[in-house]
Amino acid sequence: MFKYGILRRISSGFLSEDQVHLKELINKFAQQHIAPMASEIDKNDLCDYKSLWPKLGDLGFLGITVPSEYGGSSLGYLDHILCTEEISRASGSIGLSYIAHSNLCINQIVLHANHAQKSKYLPSLCTGEKIGALAMSEHNSGSDVTSMSTKAVKVDGGYLLTGTKMWITNGPYADIFVVYAKTDPKHGKKGITAFIIEKNFPGVKVGKKIDKIGMRGSGTSEIIFEKVFVPEENIMGEINQGVYILMKGLNFERLILAAGPVGLMQYALDIAVPYVTERKQFGTRICDFQLIQGKLADMYTRLSASRNYLYMMGSLADQGKITNRDCASVVMFASEAATHVGLDAIQCLGGNGYTNDYPVGRILRDAKLYEIGGGTTEIRKTIIAKDLIKGHTH
Amino acid sequence: MLKVLVAAKRVVDYAAKIRLLPDNSGVDLSTVKMSMNPFCEIAVEEAVKLKEAGKVSEITVMTAGPKQATDVLRTALAMGADKAIHVQVDERTDIHLLPLSVARILRALVLRDKFNLVLLGKQSIDGDNNQTGQILAGLLGWPQATFLNQVTIDNDKIRAVREIDGGLQTLEFAPPAVLTCDLRLNTPRFTAIPAIMKAKKKPIEVLTPESFGINITPDYNTANVEAPAKRKSGVMVENVDQLISKLKNEAKVL
Repeated sequence: MFKYGILRRISSGFLSEDQVHLKELINKFAQQHIAPMASEIDKNDLCDYKSLWPKLGDLGFLGITVPSEYGGSSLGYLDHILCTEEISRASGSIGLSYIAHSNLCINQIVLHANHAQKSKYLPSLCTGEKIGALAMSEHNSGSDVTSMSTKAVKVDGGYLLTGTKMWITNGPYADIFVVYAKTDPKHGKKGITAFIIEKNFPGVKVGKKIDKIGMRGSGTSEIIFEKVFVPEENIMGEINQGVYILMKGLNFERLILAAGPVGLMQYALDIAVPYVTERKQFGTRICDFQLIQGKLADMYTRLSASRNYLYMMGSLADQGKITNRDCASVVMFASEAATHVGLDAIQCLGGNGYTNDYPVGRILRDAKLYEIGGGTTEIRKTIIAKDLIKGHTH
Repeated sequence: MLKVLVAAKRVVDYAAKIRLLPDNSGVDLSTVKMSMNPFCEIAVEEAVKLKEAGKVSEITVMTAGPKQATDVLRTALAMGADKAIHVQVDERTDIHLLPLSVARILRALVLRDKFNLVLLGKQSIDGDNNQTGQILAGLLGWPQATFLNQVTIDNDKIRAVREIDGGLQTLEFAPPAVLTCDLRLNTPRFTAIPAIMKAKKKPIEVLTPESFGINITPDYNTANVEAPAKRKSGVMVENVDQLISKLKNEAKVL
């Protein structure tokens, strides 16, 4: 296997010294403790999150955006992006599970839960003792997520939830779920409420585990709710106001998601550059051929454009200036770039790239997810366009 | 309880690919990643473990190096050191700052702050001198235990297990002492984000060698730094006579 290290110059002009050190710290940890398992967890579609998560938790990587009073690291979105990028670089699957836990679940609680809920759920999510997930999509409600049919019926002291969620990252082993359900189905998207649900509430069942082509090792499954009683105090935000929580959450979700493909692209270069400087054909290194040089140039430029665009958006988010079109645009750009880079990496490695002995096939399979999850490319385009139109129309 | 001084050097990262300067005066440091010397990291870790075990009351970490060397101090503070001393040296510490000078600086700090235990890495990975600890012990007239594989402190006695050619040697002695750490002594911890935040508030005292009247001018200069010759592929020989002939006439080792 080729030895690749830390690329000395982190290609961004405006990371603070602290952020550069944070990125180097996560890189070191991820390369030592996450990268070695990447191949095996992909092969077996299985990862021991119960023992890995506390290691990340001890170092403060799980609660990046959580205030320290709840056990978090009190850092910002750009910091979270840096962590996600390096974890994804080490393993795309663990990167995805990390995003689902630390942003989709944890950050939603940070943004929308009340003090009692934060005090109850955030500390153990930050230490890694508990694993988090988010449940919004359903079999028949993917892009059209607000058409969801999971129902929450009012009863004494709370609600009874019935329905099946689908595509839930960390579903097979999560302890805490942020769940969206219809408290008022007649009012469509204005009848959605967000809940915090624990795995051990009676009636919560893990359904079918999905056999995915990529992100193997990041468990994805159905979550079934059979008349699950959820007490009043577990309602997050206002009743029937869940759509705003959901949509706002999707912005930050897309922002952090975009770090996934950036990490994968970096990994692709980590593999491809050393390979083409060592592989010889026609009496010379293949990196001496211009067509290979062209590929390296394209790969690097896609990575660098995605990365710097993302860092800038992360910085804007930390300043409270991010928009819907920014978030959709950056994840769309980075995810499509990563698929291209994954294909180029395979091509640089030629026949070897087509085998499972080399990781580039996995990079492509992992990268493709990012064009779909968190809003497909098609949905992202409509979001960007509508945001522009709304801004133009008075 | 013991008051510990740990020294940590800022060196080229062990995984970095290095290049030489065009004039062969040394390694090109302009774009290469720098980190704490791995053996120094082990020394810091051991100091922190001893403090966690209640054998050490306070850990001071020092470095001799340029402004950027504060990174190394911040890392050590995040690992658990209590305070830091930065002895600013602008000359290249891989070439122009020699073990004797470093030992003199350490001795000055020991005498000033009354440390009774000094922990160092066995050597730095740029100079690979393996001299600073030994020279320091000599200057102070203190016992030394180098190449540590294990160290325990009980009832004011230090029990040090050293890795030597013949195996493991155990020494017992009372502090004050100089210890140098080898690879298998421990596995340095990662710095947790909350610890990194806390470390920012810990004090760093800035001094220079001149503060102690120490002249760090080296008494020898590095004349030339070359890359090792590229490994040539081996040669198959037909018989022992050919082997002896090649060893005698080509390799010139017989």
